[in-house]
Amino acid sequence: MFSQPDRAGFMPFAQLPSLVSRLSALGYRCLGPTRENGAIVMRELESPADLPRGLQAEQAPGHYRLTSDPHNRYFAWSNGPQAIKPLSFAPQESLWRVERDEAGSLRFAAVLPAADKQAIIGVRACDLAALALQDAHFLRAGRRDPHYARRREQLFLVAVQCAEPASTCFCASTGDGPTPTAGYDLALAELADGFVAVAGSDKGDAVLKTLSLAPATSRQIEAARQQGAAAAAAQTRRLPGRNLRDALMSRLEHPRWDEVAARCLACGNCTAVCPTCFCHAEIDEPALNGQASRHERIWDSCFGESHGHLHGFNVRPDIRSRYRQWLTHKLATWHDQFGRSGCVGCGRCIAWCPVGIDLTEETAALIEGGQP
Amino acid sequence: MKGPTAIPVKPRVAVHKFSSCDGCQLALLNLGEDLLELAERVELVHFAEAGPIDPMAEVDVAFVEGSVSTPEDLERIRHIREHSRMLIAIGACATSGGIQALRNNADGAEWVTRIYSHPEAIASLAHSTPISSHVKVDFELWGCPVSGPQMLAVVNALLLGAAPRDNADKVCTECKRHGYPCVMVSRGIACMGPVTRAGCGALCPGLGRDCYGCYGPAENANTDALAAQFGRQGLEPRAVVRRFQSINSQAPAFLAAADKARMACDE
Repeated sequence: MFSQPDRAGFMPFAQLPSLVSRLSALGYRCLGPTRENGAIVMRELESPADLPRGLQAEQAPGHYRLTSDPHNRYFAWSNGPQAIKPLSFAPQESLWRVERDEAGSLRFAAVLPAADKQAIIGVRACDLAALALQDAHFLRAGRRDPHYARRREQLFLVAVQCAEPASTCFCASTGDGPTPTAGYDLALAELADGFVAVAGSDKGDAVLKTLSLAPATSRQIEAARQQGAAAAAAQTRRLPGRNLRDALMSRLEHPRWDEVAARCLACGNCTAVCPTCFCHAEIDEPALNGQASRHERIWDSCFGESHGHLHGFNVRPDIRSRYRQWLTHKLATWHDQFGRSGCVGCGRCIAWCPVGIDLTEETAALIEGGQP
Repeated sequence: MKGPTAIPVKPRVAVHKFSSCDGCQLALLNLGEDLLELAERVELVHFAEAGPIDPMAEVDVAFVEGSVSTPEDLERIRHIREHSRMLIAIGACATSGGIQALRNNADGAEWVTRIYSHPEAIASLAHSTPISSHVKVDFELWGCPVSGPQMLAVVNALLLGAAPRDNADKVCTECKRHGYPCVMVSRGIACMGPVTRAGCGALCPGLGRDCYGCYGPAENANTDALAAQFGRQGLEPRAVVRRFQSINSQAPAFLAAADKARMACDE
């Protein structure tokens, strides 16, 4: 976000509500970090002044607790259980419906979401990297998903540089953070008295111009840059490399898979909170009168039983094969599909695993333990 | 309405009650207008809670609520099986024996003498058992109580001539689709969701509390791993036993988990 320092503005804290008001005036439903059920979730802000200050999230394997930031910053929390994914890839939505007409013939009709314009304030560099991967999947040439596309094009993304990574974060090792580099409309870096603000798209630029910000000083930009470097240096977790394809695929019979399977609940929480996981199931919901039916897409997981069903048998009947599928798809075969790993280092799968299984630890044990 | 339908005649349906609280029947009754619409498509020949009474009727589909808990239950379930094309067990009592199956691990006869002034008036079997222990069951709907939408989905599938969708995934999948933060992680609560079958829509975690397993064990329920985590969260082995010995105490996965935790109590 600092590639064109001469175009960066400085937004004092007092002006943050004007940004929200401006986005609302442009027709955006503004979502921002909100405290709910012990976590930070993205919810609609009731008023421009509604962005909470001083929230922080302490994270560790299987552990997430809200705490207070002694410096009362707006974005001193690293991330919550979800950010963009549920807004672009809906947890459940109708794909099409069918009705029986008076003559008894079936009529099929596509159902497209009535997507609102939504602005999300406070997405992270890891979230943007994940969104780019979701785009690669859902919007790939010739296989564009119209439901995803419609939601996606209505998004306005206000990214914020991470200054306080959680203990579960490892975006520096995957190369996806903590400072946003692409994919945002606006990006902010929070300093003691306001934000260094830059635009990353034409619509972002148009919004930024209406705020008439003073240019950011070189000291402010340098402070933000250093803050990002410090946040990267503060991260304690890492993956053993960016391309682990061959290393993992040559360890498919490693005893570690049995060990992790003994601890894994196969609840699928890691896949649901993972911002790049895109697996879904399709189900039919017939109307009670027997004359219509809706075809629904719902989030699914490689940890579920039905996900492994092929005709006549299940390819992944046990937890060992499901955990192996998750890890080897995410970190290995993703390279074949998308040219990079499917992990952006957000650490959600570590924090939100009810038993605290740590993807970085499992990967290290598989790889650094040598060939079985 | 004109046009072909999957089933040209109205299937005859019965809703039977065994040892139970009637809550699953109420889930059906609480469907309100949907139930009226459903009644247009089936012939409800026996459903005591709703009105029609003909317990001995020959039917296409029999929904059975409750466990087999008395000598009379034993006789009746056999009769119902013989007179029903399809038998669907609904609710925790019918699928695992229910809360009353807690007596299976105790001296039930002794309880009776302590509780009732005329114990000789009570005729109950030593064990409360699920319907499938006695007759062939074509489909099981778990839950305490089952949810109305689940019941509708089953009836709907059958009316269309399709197999009902059997969702044995964990409650966690529903929590996540609803966007509820995990209560185990964000509040350190011992939640049964990771080993419990979905179907309730993650009702309890959605209200910020723990799942207590009323839908019974999910497929591949790793109760060992969850019990170990409960221990790390500070639950004593006795409390872990109670987590698994509740509504579905006799479901094999929960029974085995409780037995293991009980062994830890004794050590």
